[in-house]
Amino acid sequence: MTQSYRPDTPEQVAELVAWAAAETTPLDLRGHGTRADLGCPTNTSHVLDLSGLSGIIDYAPNELVITARAGTSMATIQAALDDAGQMLAFEPPDWRALLGKPDGPDDPPGTLGGLVASNLSGPRRLAAGAARDHVLGIQGVSGRGEAIKSGGRVVKNVTGFDLSKLMTGSFGTLAALTDLSLKVVPRPEESRTVLIRGIGDQAAMEAMSRGLCSPHEVSGACYLPEDVACRSAVAAVRDPGRSVTALRVEGPEPSVVWRSEALRNELSAWGPTDALHTADSAALWAEVRDARLIADPPEAQIWRLSVPPMNGAAVARALEHNAPSALLSWMADWGGGLLWLSLAPTPHAHAAGVRRAVDHHGGGHATLIRASRDVRAHVAVFHPAPAPLEALSRRVKESFDPAGILSPGRMAEGR
Amino acid sequence: MRMPDPDADVIARRAAIARALRRIVPGEGVIVDEDALRAYECDGLSAYRQPPLIVVLPSTTEQVSTVLRYCHDNGVKIVPRGAGTSLSGGALPLADAVTLGLGKFNRILDIDIENRCVVAQPGVTNLAITTAVQDQGFYYAPDPSSQIACSIGGNVAENAGGVHCLKYGLTTNNLLGVEMVLMTGEVIRLGGKHLDPGGYDLMGVVTGSEGLLGVITEVTVRILRAPETARAVLMGFPDTDSAAATVADIIARGIIPAGLEMMDKPAIHAAEDFVHADYPLDVEALLICELDGPEAEVTHLIERVEAIARDKGATSLRVSTSDAERALFWAGRKAAFPAVGRISPDYYCMDGTIPRHALPTVLKRTAEMSTRYGLRCANVFHAGDGNLHPLILFDANVPDELERAEAFGAEILKLCVEVGGVLTGEHGVGVEKRDLMGEMFSDIDLQQQQRLKCAFDPGQFLNPGKVFPTLHRCAELGRMHLSGGSMPFPDIPRF
Repeated sequence: MTQSYRPDTPEQVAELVAWAAAETTPLDLRGHGTRADLGCPTNTSHVLDLSGLSGIIDYAPNELVITARAGTSMATIQAALDDAGQMLAFEPPDWRALLGKPDGPDDPPGTLGGLVASNLSGPRRLAAGAARDHVLGIQGVSGRGEAIKSGGRVVKNVTGFDLSKLMTGSFGTLAALTDLSLKVVPRPEESRTVLIRGIGDQAAMEAMSRGLCSPHEVSGACYLPEDVACRSAVAAVRDPGRSVTALRVEGPEPSVVWRSEALRNELSAWGPTDALHTADSAALWAEVRDARLIADPPEAQIWRLSVPPMNGAAVARALEHNAPSALLSWMADWGGGLLWLSLAPTPHAHAAGVRRAVDHHGGGHATLIRASRDVRAHVAVFHPAPAPLEALSRRVKESFDPAGILSPGRMAEGR
Repeated sequence: MRMPDPDADVIARRAAIARALRRIVPGEGVIVDEDALRAYECDGLSAYRQPPLIVVLPSTTEQVSTVLRYCHDNGVKIVPRGAGTSLSGGALPLADAVTLGLGKFNRILDIDIENRCVVAQPGVTNLAITTAVQDQGFYYAPDPSSQIACSIGGNVAENAGGVHCLKYGLTTNNLLGVEMVLMTGEVIRLGGKHLDPGGYDLMGVVTGSEGLLGVITEVTVRILRAPETARAVLMGFPDTDSAAATVADIIARGIIPAGLEMMDKPAIHAAEDFVHADYPLDVEALLICELDGPEAEVTHLIERVEAIARDKGATSLRVSTSDAERALFWAGRKAAFPAVGRISPDYYCMDGTIPRHALPTVLKRTAEMSTRYGLRCANVFHAGDGNLHPLILFDANVPDELERAEAFGAEILKLCVEVGGVLTGEHGVGVEKRDLMGEMFSDIDLQQQQRLKCAFDPGQFLNPGKVFPTLHRCAELGRMHLSGGSMPFPDIPRF
């Protein structure tokens, strides 16, 4: 039977983890559980539910920083930022639909701690950085049951090792996060998206590279093949029935008007262009951010690949070539550097073929985002590392959690 | 400054160590001559000096790997060194350690415009990366003031900043990949031309680790397209409070300038006397605000900045009308350190970061300290991101003045922590701020950082005596102190 603990204070978290360490009782860390099926499946009888550590501690819009308890609902964070006209620049994705979790207005949207623990970033990542670039400071409890802190509430800080970066994206395997300080930025006044329709994947990579190499400050660049574009809720993307290459510019209104026109000129070599304005632009990028266009069918296995941007199309083609019937659909974000793959389900999740395609095209990493618990238990969910790096990662895990009690097995390093 | 006691046994083996290193790095790559070693006895923090045991200058990753493995197996410490421009003593040698210089790693390996990145060896200077891509309209954003000399590998080790951090981030935000050699000689690669590492973000923690975790042998950085236009506004204020209020208001209105710098009266006068930038001399504080981007955006934002400054009581307001004029606005700020060097035999540069709202308080209390210590202080800040550089003026030939300057500096840094800031924004801890780490971190925090060090370098051969005020043996740090197995939390809700 699963025993679940829901502490209300960081002190209680420390007490609980210290007990678990003394007893060598593994704890499965969770917030709202919206990302519980991300990573390797864990098998612990005790759950440490951190969603009771809730509330914004300090939000100073003029300082461009927000500090909140790790279990704070993203809805609370979002509402506070909206009120001040600010945002998290890395565009936190909402993968509830992708991962088969309820995503209605009253369903739990995920916690800030869960977001940081999984280091998830959306389309703006290519211009503004990842979640890890916006985490200024972390307080947490290590696997020794000790309260530790790193960083602070200021942007420029090189005092001591940057343990905040390490804890970000560690899926709860290094520390139970209790308090987080994140950098926030003003929300752009205006957003427009330039569309090119009907070009092939390699041409799309080149067009996106051209846009990203231009001085027009592109803050999003994605490629949707025809069958993916057809699933969009935005009519101008869906209805023409052709592939869509989309590039976004954001900022003060006069600047956006000028830059979107300049970008259309820059990209005219690839054919006629079109532009989406505020609401349509936002709707398209939300679909891309949340990977909603690739979520169906629900039984498909989903991979997320990070590769050198110009190699995006080549990696997708290698997969099409190696496993023509397996690749159901795919799309590219981050100017080609982020590939989403939807594959027909198999027990091995085509892992070898996917990783070979990455390794043969300039390297990167492939993460299995969605597959059954059983498949995730047998297939390496995270990209395997060479032996010295894997050994180092294991020593890093032990340095935080010598008894191996924090979400053991969630990442490769935790095993 | 107390450094770890030198190991007499290692010093006695000096000749044998040099012979072994020569077998790995032939020719002039191993330096033992006393006079030649003097060139390496300090870095940018020249108050501390110590000739190294031996200097080795490898030129390949394989040589670095073999040198480290040899030193690991033979119990010899290593101090990695880039260009030696650290302001915190990060590359200060030890009497019983080999200084490993990366100056021969001076080639740019790959310029990949389509993927917007450059692969370089660690000894390439920061500025050389921009120089290599500027013909194609690109640049590398972090620009520490030593950018002509400092190396990109050193920038990674120190997580170097510059005046553009507010908008473009520090080194850590512009780094895509590294190749590094662990103390065992193992070579690992983290990241690459793709975004985000898989697994733990070891690259994130290696950045700014001050040479304590490994030796960086290759770096991949992202490059940015140079903005179409950049223009600067020079604003003078009758008091520092109104300048600080202007900074706060610019940010509050949603404007993120490319650079937002502040100077106080002593700094303005020293800079003006030195470079004749035509700064107003009848003001107490000067702000330089640079906006970059498309012409339409820059014009739009400059108007808003001007309006804010007028509203806050600016008595002097000029917008650059040409790149030459913009460069002149910056010339005084960029030359502030040498300018202060002209009016004082010595100066001591501090580097705390504070929340922006604390600026008036910190300035006021720094002025009080200046009176109390009987030492002048000129202030230049990266005001946009709250990074302070108070320059304490002293004369090392006057008995006591160095000690007083250090005490004054320490008090400023403690104040930075007290108001919610940090000890160092971009210069690093090194030896300089090592003994102040306890102001910011608990013993438990510091022990966890040292445990991470042990995961990379269990023998603690890499750059010992830096960053941490107390050295603990890894075996001692690894022990778990357990309090027994009772269930001590009746008040935690269970389900």
